[in-house]
Amino acid sequence: MERRLKTSTKVYLTLGLIALSILLLYVASKTLDTYAIRILRLIAVFGVMAVSYTFINGITGLFSLGHAGFVAIGAYTSALLTMSPMQKEMSYILEPLIWPLNVIQTDFFTATLAAGVMAALFAFLIGYPSLRLTGDYLAIATLGFSEIIRIMALNMQSVTNGALGLKGLPEYSNIWWTWGWLFITVVVITSLTYSSFGRALKAIRDDAIAAEAMGINVFKHQLMAFVISGFFAGVGGSLYAHLLTTIDPRPTTIGVMLTFYLLIMIVLGGLGSITGAIIGAALFAILSEWLRFVEGTMHIGKWTIHGIPGMRMVIFSLLFIITMLVWRRGIMGMEELTWDKLYNWILRLRPRRKEG
Amino acid sequence: MSREELMLEVEDLHVYYGAIHALKGISLKVPKGAIITLIGANGAGKTTTLTTIAGLVKARSGRIKFMGEDITNKPPHTVTQMGIAMVPEGRRIFPNLTVYENLMMGAYTRKDREGIQEDLEWVFQLFPRLKERLTQLGGTLSGGEQQMLAISRALMSRPKLLMMDEPSLGLAPLLVMEVFDVIKKINGEGTTILLVEQNAMGALKTAHYGYVLETGKIVLEGPTDELLQNEEVKKAYLGVA
Repeated sequence: MERRLKTSTKVYLTLGLIALSILLLYVASKTLDTYAIRILRLIAVFGVMAVSYTFINGITGLFSLGHAGFVAIGAYTSALLTMSPMQKEMSYILEPLIWPLNVIQTDFFTATLAAGVMAALFAFLIGYPSLRLTGDYLAIATLGFSEIIRIMALNMQSVTNGALGLKGLPEYSNIWWTWGWLFITVVVITSLTYSSFGRALKAIRDDAIAAEAMGINVFKHQLMAFVISGFFAGVGGSLYAHLLTTIDPRPTTIGVMLTFYLLIMIVLGGLGSITGAIIGAALFAILSEWLRFVEGTMHIGKWTIHGIPGMRMVIFSLLFIITMLVWRRGIMGMEELTWDKLYNWILRLRPRRKEG
Repeated sequence: MSREELMLEVEDLHVYYGAIHALKGISLKVPKGAIITLIGANGAGKTTTLTTIAGLVKARSGRIKFMGEDITNKPPHTVTQMGIAMVPEGRRIFPNLTVYENLMMGAYTRKDREGIQEDLEWVFQLFPRLKERLTQLGGTLSGGEQQMLAISRALMSRPKLLMMDEPSLGLAPLLVMEVFDVIKKINGEGTTILLVEQNAMGALKTAHYGYVLETGKIVLEGPTDELLQNEEVKKAYLGVA
């Protein structure tokens, strides 16, 4: 029998966990080296992107492949807002940056908010026509739109600096900003998911026609979910830009490859699970760093293997395939990690210990 | 039934699926408080009639009036908000939502918390089994339980008109009888019902008035006790000569 904890107990546990997380992050920021901290920050940035991505792909059930497009919009928007006018003048060597972007400079928080709003606006513009499609067709349309965004970034020399990209961004995305935004993203997306709005989204995912017969305006709900998801993708883009300190319109940074990385994270974690998205993001960030050794020269016994660049992604793909064979629905499935589940899990462990 | 207050009136409804003329001028009347049934073979247009009323399929011509208001080709969410609920064919419950969440989806357009709570209690009275399964996922229920859930979900919107598409489909004989009993019970509480069935015997015994559909047209109509005696109906739908 499932046992439930009292709501007040759960509130205390949650507050305790938040306090503990802050403490752990503080300790980490003081004791870990910059490399480890960078991975920690990357986990949070990927987390923001993955959680917003699973909101549209897992919870609303829309197969979108355009997430990187919104990340790109966010990255460029905030980068153009945080760079100093002097830096901009130095970077734009082919064509000068258009007014008023060349004189504006804001703080990081404003820039990130603007990045989110701008990405949400684009999500609306792209979602409005393409959400009339479903399934694979929607995937193709959104993939196309995200590629259009990237090509625009490549060619709008006087706005994005084209192929030269933007360099020397201030490294604002420290541990507190990244994990703070991850916290906000999770709180907002979770409360939406467990509201009646979120229930409607899940109903649409399960059976759109039945949902429509329940009185749900399917298109409006999907569009809203798409815009909300776009907002946090933009926020993620802003954090990403100020973590890398440089952005350029290559497919691997803000193009289709990023969408596929995010897809790996959310499918690996469990499509439709917010916990799963974070686990997936953490695994991806850690593994893609840790697996770097396979690209270096290795000595096994008396053999020496020269590293093959790109080998990391091969192993990554293999790991991904194996995981999907073992856990069909990803690590978490559609489940979330809740206090009640942990409590029941601990209760189930106890009697076994007595027997032993 | 002529003098009674009409809840739903369908006039000369034509529906096409591409080039296929699915409904060729259907007209029917549903008086307030009645159980009306549409019977007919596969492909006769029974389901199309319901989905067109619900707004899920667009009518090419004709008129649908609900409580005196024209609802022809209104979007489904508007139709639902006006008080028409549907139990779709094949149940179509939400498999990854819990039983409770499924029921709440039925009440999605409502804002009155107390009324929702009342209806929840009423639904549990109709189907005590659902109360035991409240936190279970809809997809893990048995076929019969899913049908109960689909009916309950539709009732949660407190509809004026409940449209049911083959509620007895794929159920064990005992459950089929239970479903028809429940339909009478729901009607007894004041809900008007439009029932589509292949199980002609069950439907005609439950409803007050019936229409017989054949390839998109109404070929026969009348009070159900008359239809039960009709030689044509007996031969074609009841399996008795």
